[in-house]
Amino acid sequence: MNLVELQQYLDFAFIIAVVLFILAIKWLSSPATARRGVLAGEIAAALAVAATLCNPELVQFKWIIITLIIGAAIGIPLGMVKMTAVPQRTALSHAFGALSAAIIGIAEYYVGVPRVTRFEMGEIALEVIIGSLTFTGSLIAAGKLQEILPQRPITYRGQNIVSLSVLSAALVLAVILVVNPNQAYLFPAMVVVALFFGILLVTPIGGADMPTVISLLNSYAGFSAALLGFVLNSKVLVVAGALDGSSGFVLSVIMCKAMNRSFANVMFGAFGQVQASSSAVQEDRVVRSATPEEAASILEAASRVVVVPGYGMAVAQAQHKVRELYDTLTKRGVDVRFAIHPVAGRMPGHMNVLLAEADIPYDRLIEMDEINGDFPQTDVALIIGANDVTNPAARTDKSSPIYGMPILDVDKAHTVMVIKRSMNPGFAGIDNPLYYMDQTLMLFGDAKGFVSNIVRELTAAGVHA
Amino acid sequence: MPADFISNLYVFILAGFVGFELIKRVSPLLHTPLMSLTNALDAIVVVAAIIIAGRHETVLSTTLGAIAVAASFSNMVGGFFITDRMLRMFKSGKAKKS
Repeated sequence: MNLVELQQYLDFAFIIAVVLFILAIKWLSSPATARRGVLAGEIAAALAVAATLCNPELVQFKWIIITLIIGAAIGIPLGMVKMTAVPQRTALSHAFGALSAAIIGIAEYYVGVPRVTRFEMGEIALEVIIGSLTFTGSLIAAGKLQEILPQRPITYRGQNIVSLSVLSAALVLAVILVVNPNQAYLFPAMVVVALFFGILLVTPIGGADMPTVISLLNSYAGFSAALLGFVLNSKVLVVAGALDGSSGFVLSVIMCKAMNRSFANVMFGAFGQVQASSSAVQEDRVVRSATPEEAASILEAASRVVVVPGYGMAVAQAQHKVRELYDTLTKRGVDVRFAIHPVAGRMPGHMNVLLAEADIPYDRLIEMDEINGDFPQTDVALIIGANDVTNPAARTDKSSPIYGMPILDVDKAHTVMVIKRSMNPGFAGIDNPLYYMDQTLMLFGDAKGFVSNIVRELTAAGVHA
Repeated sequence: MPADFISNLYVFILAGFVGFELIKRVSPLLHTPLMSLTNALDAIVVVAAIIIAGRHETVLSTTLGAIAVAASFSNMVGGFFITDRMLRMFKSGKAKKS
């Protein structure tokens, strides 16, 4: 077999890999076929890696083998993290993906210089800038999610001006390099400035905005890989990067809508500046509270119950107790469903994973748009660890910082029960008028403890019956 | 403009459209596994990293290539692994009863 023939076989392997990539995402569309999608992706990846290892350009395998082993040794533990830690793992993998795209671009430049054309320089510069800023930005996001870094938005005066100046500096360096690609001493400066910009981009963003940020970084990581495909003239990278980039883009748009933010607002990173509105809280409003016994008897008498879980439920590790409550009520013929707000949890779809882990069937997990019409026919809405996504002020109070954000219409249910530690306002520091409504009962206590008390009451009552 | 650029741009735009249409159809139920799967697919940059590391042109390019192999391969292995772990947890209520 001559070299040209071999090259054709390798290209053919890549074409099969690309087809499998597309099938992988297609099959992921429903839980019934999703695992087949993973298998398709694995075969595609194995095929592409095997074909690459046959490439005649390779002269030395020692470092390839060693680093593949190191990669697997890092990847396997990162694949075994707890489900609550999936968002930070995902942010870290955006960082790794962007890092590899950026450093391959850097290597291409130094191998190519002084024969790099202006056009190639433009591609490399853009690719390396996006890859570098995504790398540091994702590390910051992972640090915030892991709570190594402060969760609250870190802001200062003139922040946007500083950030944009740093980005402009990177772009100016890129332009100077395009004019004369041989100024190799400017290249590291451009990389450092882009790395610095990534830090500035994500640091101001608060914990509540993480689902949007993580989707946006996903999109950047994908597009940097696609750009690398342009640099290396590799169609398989262009396709994989375009798929990943558009996936992140679609998810960012969904998250933006769920938070009622404009896409432009997110693109320029000028978000996370939710001002804690200290609108005069009326102290005289009455709150009704209930004991586990009372809550249990109301739930027992209900025929339709909707549980609204929030990230607080996962923090309290209450999801398994919630499953017991689901089982107990279902056994008594109560129809129990879960209302999932798109930004429940810390990344898109996170709450579904947390509930699926607790063995709650996925056909009981209902999206916001689908379940909102059912609240008027719902006997009890039980809110566990969610706050802002149930705040009716988003519909009615124009002065509220979350005005216009789509919410779960729990206030339309006959009875609303809220499990909460205290009356402290939530993440965004916004007061929730839901708590003062006539049909609302506050269940004060730790989510896990309170739910298990309700379950105990229900099973004890069952013995008496 | 180089001819390669034009053909890559074709591929990029078409793949972007396909991705956009496919991803819109993915149930929000599976958005977390979607992200980890596309991450694993994106880790295909490992093929470029392998070439850079294996061509052995300069010490710098080999070193950078080697780091990129480790970083992207960890994404590939970890991404597929965790996606499958998550998907195994999703059970339908009907399947459970039968």
